[in-house]
Amino acid sequence: MNRVVILFFAVFSLLGAKDYIVNQKKKTFLPGNITAKVGDRLIFKNSDNFSHNAYSDNEANEFDIGMQSPGQDIAVELKAPATIAIECAIHPNMLLTVDVK
Amino acid sequence: MNLKKRSKVLLLSLFTVLAFTTTAGASQEFKKWLRPEKVPTPIDNKITSARVELGKLLYFDPSLSRDGTVSCASCHNPLMGWSDNQPKAIGIEGREGPRNSPTVLNTAYQIRQFWDGRAKTLEEQALGPIQADVEMDMNLDLLLSKLNKNSGYVALFEKAYPSEGITDKTLAKAIATFERTVVSNEAPFDKFIKGDKKVISKSAQNGFKVFTGKARCSDCHDGFNFTDGSFHNIALGGVDEGRYKIRKRAAWFHAFKTPTLRDIAKSAPYFHDGSVKTLKEATTICATGGRYPNGKNISTFIVDRGLSETEIDNIVEFMKTLSGEPLNVLVPTKFPQ
Repeated sequence: MNRVVILFFAVFSLLGAKDYIVNQKKKTFLPGNITAKVGDRLIFKNSDNFSHNAYSDNEANEFDIGMQSPGQDIAVELKAPATIAIECAIHPNMLLTVDVK
Repeated sequence: MNLKKRSKVLLLSLFTVLAFTTTAGASQEFKKWLRPEKVPTPIDNKITSARVELGKLLYFDPSLSRDGTVSCASCHNPLMGWSDNQPKAIGIEGREGPRNSPTVLNTAYQIRQFWDGRAKTLEEQALGPIQADVEMDMNLDLLLSKLNKNSGYVALFEKAYPSEGITDKTLAKAIATFERTVVSNEAPFDKFIKGDKKVISKSAQNGFKVFTGKARCSDCHDGFNFTDGSFHNIALGGVDEGRYKIRKRAAWFHAFKTPTLRDIAKSAPYFHDGSVKTLKEATTICATGGRYPNGKNISTFIVDRGLSETEIDNIVEFMKTLSGEPLNVLVPTKFPQ
C-alpha cells in the first residue's frame, strides 16, 4: 500500500513540475526573478551570439552548467527549498534570483 | 618615488570631469558608448568634497606603507594612465608583485575590482594593497593607530565622516571616494559619437567598425567604459590561475577581468602579466586566438577573426581616440601631521 502511495505522489509531482525559460539576452537573465517549486526546471536559453554560463553556490541547489554556446538550451532541476542567487561566471553583472518553495 | 618629482599639477578639475553630459546629438545605436550621467556610488558613501579631499591625501600619502616609501599612487600614478608603466607592480623594498597594476581610471564603473575580481566594491578593494606584503606591507591595526594619533587626519576624518572615527571602514570609504572621482575625460571618440565625424581619422572610424563588427572586440570591450566586466582566459600562458584561484570553476581557469580601454594608450604595458608593450601586439593576440590558442579552457571569445594588418592598425588608431585630456589633480606634497 505504501508503495502505491509513494508512486502516486511521485507521478503527481512529475506531472506538476513546470519548466521556466530563462532567456540569456544582451548579457541579462530574463526574467531576473522567478518563484518556483521543488522539482521544477530552469531552462537556460542562450539567445546571445556568444557564450554564457549559469551557476549557483547554494548548498542544496548547487550547479554549474559550464560553457554554454550560442543557441544552446540547458536544463537544471530545482532540488530543495531555498532562495538561490544565480550568476554567469563570465558576466558577473548577470544575476537571477530563484525562490524555490 | 618619482611621482613627487614629476607631478605638481595635472590638468582639469575632478568635478568638471563628473559634469560631462550626454547629448541628444548621438544616434540611438551609439548611445551605449556615452558616459552615464552619474558615477555609481553606494548609499552609505556618497561623494562629498570633504571625503574626496581626505581620500586624495590618503591615496598619495606614502606614510600608509610600512616603510613610508610607497603610496597607492606609486602603482596607480595619474601621469602614467593611473597605472605605473611597468610590467608588474613594484612595492616596498622593490618587491615585485605577481600582476600588472590595473588602472584606477573609471574603476567606479567596474562591478568587480582587481584583475581576478575578488572584491565587489572599491571599499572592499581599497585596503588590500595597503596590507599586501608585495605592495605597501602595512599592518592595518598599526596604520589605524598611527592615523588616530595624527591630529590632522583626525580632524579631516571627522569632517568627512562625522562621529564615525578612523576605522578600517572609514579609511576604505575615503580612498574609494577619491577613486570614484578618477573618471576619464571626454576623448575625441566621444565627440565623434556625438556627431562630429571629422574629429577622428578615417582609419580610426574604420577601426571602430571592425572593433564592433568583424573583430567582435565589443563583445567584451562594451559600453562607455569599453568593458563589460567579463572574465576570460585569453590564452596568454603563464602560471597565474587568475579567478580560478578564488574558486575552482572551469570558466575561471586562468581568467582575468576585461580591462577598460579608456585612456588605454597611456597605460602600457598590457594584460594582467604586463607582457605586451604595444596596443598592436595586444590587439593581434586577442584577435588571433591568443598567444597559446591550444591551451586549456581558452575563452570561446578568443578566436582568430581573420583580420588583415590594416584592420588591426585601424583598431589601434581607433583605441588611441579613447584618450581624453588628463585629469586636473593637484597632487598633494604635504600631508597631515
